[in-house]
Amino acid sequence: MTIEIPQAFWLYFAFFALLFLDGIWCMLATRNMVRVLIGIEILMKSVTFFLIAAGYLAGRMALAQALVITVIVIEVVVVVVIAGVILGFFRKRDSLDVSNTREMKG
Amino acid sequence: MIWFTVLLVLLVLAALWASMASALLRATLALALTSALLAVVLFAFGATLAAVLELSVCAGLITVVLVSVTSLTQPRSLKEQAADRKRRLRRFWPLPFVLIAAGVGLSFVKAPVDIILRLPAGDGDVRTVLWSLRQLDLFGQILILLAGVFGVLVLFRKEAK
Repeated sequence: MTIEIPQAFWLYFAFFALLFLDGIWCMLATRNMVRVLIGIEILMKSVTFFLIAAGYLAGRMALAQALVITVIVIEVVVVVVIAGVILGFFRKRDSLDVSNTREMKG
Repeated sequence: MIWFTVLLVLLVLAALWASMASALLRATLALALTSALLAVVLFAFGATLAAVLELSVCAGLITVVLVSVTSLTQPRSLKEQAADRKRRLRRFWPLPFVLIAAGVGLSFVKAPVDIILRLPAGDGDVRTVLWSLRQLDLFGQILILLAGVFGVLVLFRKEAK
């Protein structure tokens, strides 16, 4: 089945790319663990947006929504577990600096 | 279409604020605003169930988790905060310009796209799709939730004396 992609695709793609770039920058340019988590969240938002936009353009909204629900569930679990890791790390090292993780034994 | 584009611009601006805000609480609130705006975008697309979940879970629950993490970690001294602000400014000042340049560059891209999609037949109700087509996803979601609960229990386990 071939689907003709309308011009709106490029509009949605541009905003997805901007959000994705923002999230990547937020993750890479900071050393604070909570900010890295915020960067991951922004990346997830961009993916959620693009999944729904693709579903809308392809006329498969129900399938896109089902996938987005899965993404949101995974997002919550990822955030909660990383938040636990951050708190555990802070209790051990008294710091939120990502560079301090290099000194850990693993 | 114009109001929708304005909504998308606001979404990107809120995300930019979340990544550039100097205080963690402000960044968390900006992230909640991003989630709320994304929920409005999802409503505009007609994805009501996903929008409700985005609003309640991402703008609500995740914000609570992030605020809790911020409040449970110790505040830094004023000197450290000032030094960190300078460092952050040095790392983040190109971001708005990069985003504007990328936005302008992407607005010129109008290449034809020919994608062949093999999607399952029919696109009924989202509940039908979830329960009949994507059962494995539901199973995976339950496993991930259990793994998350187990992970948090392990992380907060008290060490044996």
